[in-house]
Amino acid sequence: MNKNNILLYSGILIFGIAAPFLFPAFKVQLSILCVLIVLATTWNIQGGEMGYNSFGNILFYGLGMYLCASVQVGMFFPLAEWTESGGEKTFVHTPAQFFQGMAVGLIVAAVVPTIVAGLIGYSILGLRGHYFAICTLGLGVAAGEISGGIEIIGAGQGFTTPPFPDVGSLESRGEFFYFLSFFVLILTFIAVRGIYTTRFKLILNAIRDNEDKAEAMGIQTMKYKIVGWMISAFFCGLAGGIMGGLVGYIDSTDVAFDGREMGVFMVLMAILGGKGTLWGPIIGATVFHIFKEGFWTFFLGWQYVALGVLIVVIVIYFPEGIMGWLREKYPERFGEVVDEKDRKAQVELK
Amino acid sequence: MISVQACLDGILLGILFALIAYGMALQWGVMNIINIAQGDLVILGGYIAYFMYLYGIHPAWGVIVSPIIMFFVGIAIYKLVINKVVDRDLFISILATFGISILFMQLMNFAFGADVVLANSDYGTTMLFNSNVVLPNSKIFSAFISILFAICLVIYMKKSKLGRAIRATAQNARAAKILGVDTEKVYAATFGINAALCGVAGALISITFTIHPYMGLPYTIRSFMIVIIAGLGNLPGVAMSGMGLGVFEEFADYILGTEFRIGSVFLLLVLILVYRRFKLSRKREYLK
Repeated sequence: MNKNNILLYSGILIFGIAAPFLFPAFKVQLSILCVLIVLATTWNIQGGEMGYNSFGNILFYGLGMYLCASVQVGMFFPLAEWTESGGEKTFVHTPAQFFQGMAVGLIVAAVVPTIVAGLIGYSILGLRGHYFAICTLGLGVAAGEISGGIEIIGAGQGFTTPPFPDVGSLESRGEFFYFLSFFVLILTFIAVRGIYTTRFKLILNAIRDNEDKAEAMGIQTMKYKIVGWMISAFFCGLAGGIMGGLVGYIDSTDVAFDGREMGVFMVLMAILGGKGTLWGPIIGATVFHIFKEGFWTFFLGWQYVALGVLIVVIVIYFPEGIMGWLREKYPERFGEVVDEKDRKAQVELK
Repeated sequence: MISVQACLDGILLGILFALIAYGMALQWGVMNIINIAQGDLVILGGYIAYFMYLYGIHPAWGVIVSPIIMFFVGIAIYKLVINKVVDRDLFISILATFGISILFMQLMNFAFGADVVLANSDYGTTMLFNSNVVLPNSKIFSAFISILFAICLVIYMKKSKLGRAIRATAQNARAAKILGVDTEKVYAATFGINAALCGVAGALISITFTIHPYMGLPYTIRSFMIVIIAGLGNLPGVAMSGMGLGVFEEFADYILGTEFRIGSVFLLLVLILVYRRFKLSRKREYLK
């Protein structure tokens, strides 16, 4: 790590810690941004690096969301009575109960999706290309439809997560969730950055570039694919658990397994920033979130139309993303040696 | 008796699914594109028939009007989006059509409202087996029309010049180009024909069942499933697996309850893909 990097990271860290005090009105938005970056970065592990484009990471996100809230309620109160309408008014979490429940809930929300990913990984990751994409799309939608039919987690009418207890000022809820999500973001970044320096990342890239050859070279591709998918699931579940507490209300198809919004967002953000790079998804998520929050109000009611157009435009005109564009423009910065004659010849050819 | 009812309902429903799946197989085979917006085209076709019904025209005429409008909608989509992704990575085309799907969903939601609607055809019902089995005549009508359209299309593909060009492009696009086929035109026509088929199916669905702006994705998944069970270019297979899927759905609806109907369709898709993956992996092959 050189001097520039230390400066950059400490700058981001200081900004991250100071942000809720600098922009107190945007605390919730900043927390959502952190969650979005986590989702985009972890989607990138198997979408960008491994080449397995999944629409189904929303499965782990929704699973984490439901698990965290269920554990948080179920540890202290009967879950079935809670989810019947008005349960959250009869039972009130004390602050200690709330934080204990949240801590245990987040652990469960991270671990169980990881196990689920490990269990289904062997079957699902044997599919390739568009079959994998469609299969995971089906998984996500099926999970949403099925969870919408289960009574104990609120079925069609939704699940109210425990309200934040009355500690300190009114602002403490926003700060708590912001620092929680920022902490998870840092955790994710360190983990992903660590992974990207190991042989594991090279193996994932080998799988993306040519799986058959990687297998012929003696790499047990299935093992690595499952591990990559599990890492993704771990952070998706964690992000889902936080998001559930942040939104305060879980609905099966509109919040938890929202393939039409979050499920596409994470793919879109990673592609917008640049697949298969460390910083791409982070930049993509930030740009996307700012664009979304900045312009969503203009489109009042037309958000999804704008979203649809946005998807088509990004996919058609910027498939390489921001990082890909930068890479083409300034290849020297990315450590690529460019022959000056070669470049001139290319320009003349065009 | 209830199982006879479910079987008959399922078969009549499945014929409609097979019609949509035929369109899917056509564009998949020719252009190598999986169109996530397929179901939304179906729903759009349904709304055209519904609007005719609202203005006092019998919705059965939608079967003729809707494909004509949808053909041009399909060509417009092709010119605007699809021709830019047709020779790119498959994932790009899936994502692009996903975007179109969201766009259509929301535009239909604005234009027609979020209510579940149906175009009433006043066809009455047929009673069978001492009136233990009740079949709406509209379902029989829709199955009949679907079969008619499918047969017409098969003959058209076999005999006409365009049909031959489409089949040649499906076999080998480059060779077809060398031999003077304008593949760009063929692609546009294929997408238009697919949209027109969706229009017919949608009009029939609006007569027999209900339509809603957000109901598109299940139709896409159903047609995808039918195509992968039957294989590309296997027409009798498409018809058979369509009917099989229809029967499965009616039974799932009856046994598990209506709230799990769509969920069971999506789960079935996952199960079928996983089954095929294990079957192929024994031969050290994979789905691609």
